[in-house]
Amino acid sequence: MINVNNVKKQFPIFENQPNLVYLDSTATSLKPKIVIDKIKEYYEEYSANVFRGIYPMSEKATTEFEETRNIVFKFINANKPEEIVFTRNATESLNLLAYSLGRKIIKSGDEIVTTIMEHHSNFVPWQVLSSEIGAVFKVIDINNNGYLNLYNENIKYQISNIKSKTNDKYQNLKLENIITKKTKILALTYVSNVLGTINPIKEIISEVKKINSKIIVIVDAAQAVPHIKVNVQDLGADFIVFSSHKMLGPTGVGVLWGKEQLLKEMYPFMYGGDMINEVYIDRSTYKDPPHKFEAGTPAIGEIIAFKEAINFLNKVGVKNIRDHEKKIIDFAISRLNDTFGQSIKIFGPTNIEDKGGIISFYLDKFHPHDIAQILANDGICVRAGHHCAMPLHTRFNIPATVRASFYIYNDETDVEKLVEGLKKVKKILS
Amino acid sequence: MNIYQDIILDHYHHPHNKGKIDHPDNSVLTNNPLCGDKIEMTVILDKNKIKEIKFSGEGCVISQASASMLTDYAKNRSKQELKKLDSKFIIKMLGIDLGVNRIKCAVLPLEALQKLLV
Repeated sequence: MINVNNVKKQFPIFENQPNLVYLDSTATSLKPKIVIDKIKEYYEEYSANVFRGIYPMSEKATTEFEETRNIVFKFINANKPEEIVFTRNATESLNLLAYSLGRKIIKSGDEIVTTIMEHHSNFVPWQVLSSEIGAVFKVIDINNNGYLNLYNENIKYQISNIKSKTNDKYQNLKLENIITKKTKILALTYVSNVLGTINPIKEIISEVKKINSKIIVIVDAAQAVPHIKVNVQDLGADFIVFSSHKMLGPTGVGVLWGKEQLLKEMYPFMYGGDMINEVYIDRSTYKDPPHKFEAGTPAIGEIIAFKEAINFLNKVGVKNIRDHEKKIIDFAISRLNDTFGQSIKIFGPTNIEDKGGIISFYLDKFHPHDIAQILANDGICVRAGHHCAMPLHTRFNIPATVRASFYIYNDETDVEKLVEGLKKVKKILS
Repeated sequence: MNIYQDIILDHYHHPHNKGKIDHPDNSVLTNNPLCGDKIEMTVILDKNKIKEIKFSGEGCVISQASASMLTDYAKNRSKQELKKLDSKFIIKMLGIDLGVNRIKCAVLPLEALQKLLV
């Protein structure tokens, strides 16, 4: 059980904004004092660069920096710390993969498969890569309840191929026809940032690897790692990406986890400081992963402080967080449906076992911007728009939704305020 | 300050100049794909002046109210005069404070109008 009042006391923002109803943790989470203090500690006590100086301050910074790598590796149960690469955010991790892995392994005629529920950052890099190389870009559809259409006899999915194969050829197929021997990469999200759908990643990976044992599976876990226990070895994925700032940590820090052998085989991403072994006039050699992918001075203070966020999550317990969110989502869905009946449409699974702490909805014909604006006037922070998932909104034939998302500092009181706020919206706009 | 003032809501619920002119001299469609707002404008000119103007489309309260008020304003004014209008004018016309994220909604009808006059 999470005591929300105790949790809130550890987030200074609630002291500064006592009436804050923050329902946008899917965009970015709030930060506990322990994280903010750690950043301050770095800048005030040992703000040296890492891996360079041999003076004590730099050694302290390096030790603290590498300690975060250790804590991340344990948190997701990776094989070793060297499999953890620090980037700027999950978006950069995915672009790194499209560039350093995609350009290495994808050839004309190969297939890259993703899904219609992806965030743009796990969609566009693959779309662009496919079109540059002449690969086939396949997009797995969902059903109206927000579940991936993987095992359905009536699978309907789009294909965008530069050689413009007709869609007809791909109608009514099973997973075997989505994933083929030519599929080099499957890139999909663990939890949808709009629908909240928790995809059965472990089962999907096991199935696709039966069809094609060489397929590389990339999991966007940005909405998963902060909320559910993620064990990379158990999942069987090849790469997983996530962001510090969505899990109580600082902005400017992303994680790329990958299998060591694959990280070794990939091209470097950026060239420059810290990633070099030797440079000659005619050639250069590079460090081993993870440093091969960490060119230039990183966000040192932020990476150092990121471990405090993980320590915080470990202390609360990720399982407790998931249970807490399930309780709120369950409550919120019934309150919203009971209060607004036919005039509210909530997207995504209705079974809370399959849904993260995310509720995206449409209220009457009111424009999501107007809904969000009226809520904002009462200190309620929600997101309106397509949430960087335009193909998904197009799939539902709507331009935008309102999204309320929940985390450890939210409780039923916040849900009640949301309900009251929406009543006000109806009153003002009707 | 609450941006949902009575006058704004009145224009939203009862928009002026809503619809399409049958045989316009010019027409234009602009949209903001981010929020799905769409505005179509049709116009009849009398030499250099706007004789008749209508708008249609969907959008939030702000973009609809802005289109309603702007089309009122534009009638009988010259192209040159209307081309000079900017976002500051729109804010003044609406009489409300708009944050950086909402200003785009308010300016969308102006973008449509100015494309129409090119």
